Amino acid sequence: MDIFLQQIINGLVQGSIYALVALGYTMVYGIMGLINFAHGEVVMIGALISITVTSTLAAAGMPLGLAGLFGLVAAMLTCMALGWSLERIAYRPLRGSPRLTPLITAIGMSIVLQNLAMIFWGRNYMTFPPLLPKVNFEFAGTHFTLVQVVIVLLSAALMAGLVFLVYRTKLGMAMRATAQNPAVASLMGVNINRVIASAFVIGSALAAVAGVMVGSYYEIAHYQMGFMLGLKAFTAAVLGGIGNLAGAMAGGILLGIIEALGAGYIGDFTGGFLGSHYQDIFAFIVLIVVLMFKPSGLFGEKTGDRA
Amino acid sequence: MKNWLSPKSMTGIALIAIALIVLPHVVGMGGQAWVRILNFAILYVFLALGLNIVVGFAGLLDLGYIAFYAVGAYCWALLASPHFGLHFPVWAILPIGALMACVFGVLLGSPTLKLRGDYLAIVTLGFGEIIRIFLNNLNSPVNITNGPQGITLIDPVKIGDFSFAGTSQVFGMTMTGPEKYYYLLVALALLVIIINVRLQHSRIGRAWQAIREDEIAAKAVGINTRNIKLLAFAMGASFGGIAGGIFSAMQGFVSPESFSLIESIMVLAMVVLGGMGHIPGVILGAVLLTFLPEVLRYAVTPVQMALFGKILVDPESLRMLVFGLALVLVMRFKPAGLWPSPERSRELSEKPVEAVK
Repeated sequence: MDIFLQQIINGLVQGSIYALVALGYTMVYGIMGLINFAHGEVVMIGALISITVTSTLAAAGMPLGLAGLFGLVAAMLTCMALGWSLERIAYRPLRGSPRLTPLITAIGMSIVLQNLAMIFWGRNYMTFPPLLPKVNFEFAGTHFTLVQVVIVLLSAALMAGLVFLVYRTKLGMAMRATAQNPAVASLMGVNINRVIASAFVIGSALAAVAGVMVGSYYEIAHYQMGFMLGLKAFTAAVLGGIGNLAGAMAGGILLGIIEALGAGYIGDFTGGFLGSHYQDIFAFIVLIVVLMFKPSGLFGEKTGDRA
Repeated sequence: MKNWLSPKSMTGIALIAIALIVLPHVVGMGGQAWVRILNFAILYVFLALGLNIVVGFAGLLDLGYIAFYAVGAYCWALLASPHFGLHFPVWAILPIGALMACVFGVLLGSPTLKLRGDYLAIVTLGFGEIIRIFLNNLNSPVNITNGPQGITLIDPVKIGDFSFAGTSQVFGMTMTGPEKYYYLLVALALLVIIINVRLQHSRIGRAWQAIREDEIAAKAVGINTRNIKLLAFAMGASFGGIAGGIFSAMQGFVSPESFSLIESIMVLAMVVLGGMGHIPGVILGAVLLTFLPEVLRYAVTPVQMALFGKILVDPESLRMLVFGLALVLVMRFKPAGLWPSPERSRELSEKPVEAVK
């Protein structure tokens, strides 16, 4: 039972990170129907920027906590600028072109960003400076650290903020209108370009935070860290029903917990036949099973006839 | 239908034939490595044409296509290597490989028939990853795939006593291994191209196109959409299986690393960049995207030396950077691909109302 609780906690932490990244995918998808494959790379750039800024400031004598805060802000600002330029340079000229065209552009941008990062930061794993003191908590036989608590609380706060933005502000209303029907929304005076750009900017800011979280959780960062993370987050978004905010959050947390439980118990389920390196399979099998019964995800509305 | 026997098209066919025969010797002047790259280009033509059936003709977005290539490759590797001590002849393994890939195609297709668009994309992607993870880990408790080390010493293609590996005398000419494989691949590729062209204009091909354009309407005119979609998956998969078999015979070695997600994405990029659904375009896309990274591999270092007098950035990442930029730029200026089918470019140029600006 202790292991079960422990895995739930680990899964919750990983899942909150997935959820933050998944929100970026789902916002962009909901508004313009594009799978932004480069989103995972934005997470990676966020993590690497925050390492560079934090360690430079810390080396200059600033206390680590404050340097970390500056690192986080710098990562968010850079990623917001990056998200905005991605939309402006790569995707906006392609609106109205065949559906797979922006997908290939996104893949191209992902390759470009990954290799730019490799040129700037090199091929080696970078150690992430410990931003928070190592405090351990114990509760009902489970152990968790301060970093884990902060990750879960901060993601919850950010998600609440996003929900407020989308459902209670004018920009949010414009976003929802654009997602439903861009042509009609623009007739009602919504500036479509601004709405789409802001979806990219907000998604990228969340991605930057997620990058810093992943970095400080595993204490390393690497130019290839974004790809698999992005893929998992995209899986989470689809699991919840892509284009749906609540779905992305639920999907992310669910995926994190399924993975953690899968890794912990797969050996017991199969009598030792499959080991914990089959962890990644779990996420995909759950996805396939869910989509067999609910073809538009757990919370998704029925999608239109687009191939 | 064009008249294939008219003098004009005969001359064209003869010229293409001569070019195809001479090509490996011209390319080979730069070293046998280039002939090998040429062979890979043809393998990618196979793959791209196979994926084109699924994505281009039937409009089903498949991001896990490389799984079928993997199935074909491992089929050959297991049935013709010392790993299990089996050495089946080529005319037995290739059909088995194609059939196995086909079975996997149906296996993937049947639970996903209800899914549309991007949901299908992510499920196929997951399927590809599942296959790769299994290949990577099926070395214990029973050693089937030999895990990440892969399978070595795989038999080359052999017809009777004639082996396609190594240098030997053919009709009085000395031919290297890659050159012999080249002619085998060209022959197979021509066959595959003919099959594809005939398929496209057949009843099945038109049914695929109908599903791509509007699935509900296709159903309404009496197309059995379930079977026709499954058929697309199965046929695309079997082309991948055959390509995989030859890949493993040509390399003599397979490991799960060759079948990662990025490979699926590359094949998709070939199809889209060349011109989805248009066979000559897809072939062009496959050849270009195989050669571009290789040419860049040789070009980036001298160019840097000439411009800056020293190597400023890591050539490997610069090469991929240029490759990524090329993808973005082509899509920016040729959104329908480099060589789209005439009907498709017509559809795109007559947009009635621009919805979003």
